[in-house]
Amino acid sequence: MTKLIVILLSAVFINNYVLSRFLGICPFLGVSKKLDSATGMSLAVIFVMLIATAVTWPIQYFLLDPNNLGYLQTIVFILVIAALVQLVEIVLKRYIPSLHKSLGVYLPLITTNCAVLGVTILNIDEGYSFLEAMVNSLGSGLGFFLAMVMFSGVRSKLEGADIPESFKGLPITLVAASITSLSFLGFGGVIENMFPA
Amino acid sequence: MTKLQNLSKGLIKENPVLVLILGTCPTLATSTSVWNALGMGAAATVVLICSNVVISALRKIIPDKVRIPCYIVLIAGFVTMVQMLVKAFAPALDRSLGIFLPLIVVNCIILGRAEMFANKNTVIDSAIDAVGMGAGFTLALTLMATIREIFGNGTFMGFEIPILIDNKISILTMAPGGFFVFGVLIAAMNKFAKSKPRKKDFGCAGCPQAAACGMATSGGCKGTEVSAQ
Repeated sequence: MTKLIVILLSAVFINNYVLSRFLGICPFLGVSKKLDSATGMSLAVIFVMLIATAVTWPIQYFLLDPNNLGYLQTIVFILVIAALVQLVEIVLKRYIPSLHKSLGVYLPLITTNCAVLGVTILNIDEGYSFLEAMVNSLGSGLGFFLAMVMFSGVRSKLEGADIPESFKGLPITLVAASITSLSFLGFGGVIENMFPA
Repeated sequence: MTKLQNLSKGLIKENPVLVLILGTCPTLATSTSVWNALGMGAAATVVLICSNVVISALRKIIPDKVRIPCYIVLIAGFVTMVQMLVKAFAPALDRSLGIFLPLIVVNCIILGRAEMFANKNTVIDSAIDAVGMGAGFTLALTLMATIREIFGNGTFMGFEIPILIDNKISILTMAPGGFFVFGVLIAAMNKFAKSKPRKKDFGCAGCPQAAACGMATSGGCKGTEVSAQ
């Protein structure tokens, strides 16, 4: 149990996908301008990460590994994720239209989001069990959510700021991201000390 | 556009990283040391050249409606090959690039060039375009890595630099430093390259998310954001 909590908390705070692992930067910079779109995107990411892990983990251990096809991992995973995203979109549209309305526009963007492919591959690389992999995906998704929501707050403050001409737009956003990511460095070592092994 | 212009546009004018702002994730993550940057640049360039050539050769065969999945499969195939080659011949590089090697699949530059260039141009032109864009990616990565390695680690390509080695600014090699150096570099590009092409001019084809973005079919997102607003 302790191990699961450690995995969850480290995925959210220490190895935060956006701010310390640099995965999913495109949506982080692109969609974080408004709070509601940031929330929508992050919820869609959490959702897809969980489903993708639930599907890719068994594929790796019950299909690829027994048949010595480990090298097909990249191709299979990206195809599975792409198909899955399409499927989720169709199912949501048909059965839960209200959820589709709020997450729908973000779903297609997720196929090319490296955070989702990243989490599925990292789960295998780290040798997590199925439960640990799911917890890690949840943590990574929550970490993405936290970073997006925090950063959309930072960005709304930036709008009224007096910025030098050449820093307008993306450069100042990146500098702000740098400071936000600095705050996450403070979590280093906290989780390990909270649960001494 | 002559062949030479086609080759050189990727270096400065349409630099994929600093001007088109594609492939930010690998740029930030692998620019901690110059060797990593060169390795990542080379790996991505090889994949880019192969995918551009094959996609351009198959551009009349691949049906328009299923082109994105086709591109992704082709790209993933080449990435797997590169992954196996790097594992076999440069295991140290494989360890330091780690997850970012398989993630070349979702590198926006590669899918972006397939959409923007390879599916409209001849094989030769696409190959030249890929070489130029790959070189531009490597150049930007190396530039960032040079700054981060010299000031953050006090070394250049592994050689120690006197004085700086005792006065490291280690934060530059960590995550915040990556964002900061990238921001400053883009600001410098904005300052010195006045005739910066706006994202608008490239339309949705230039947008990393265009492949998947629903807006591309309904008039585009007005080129203001890489988003679905």
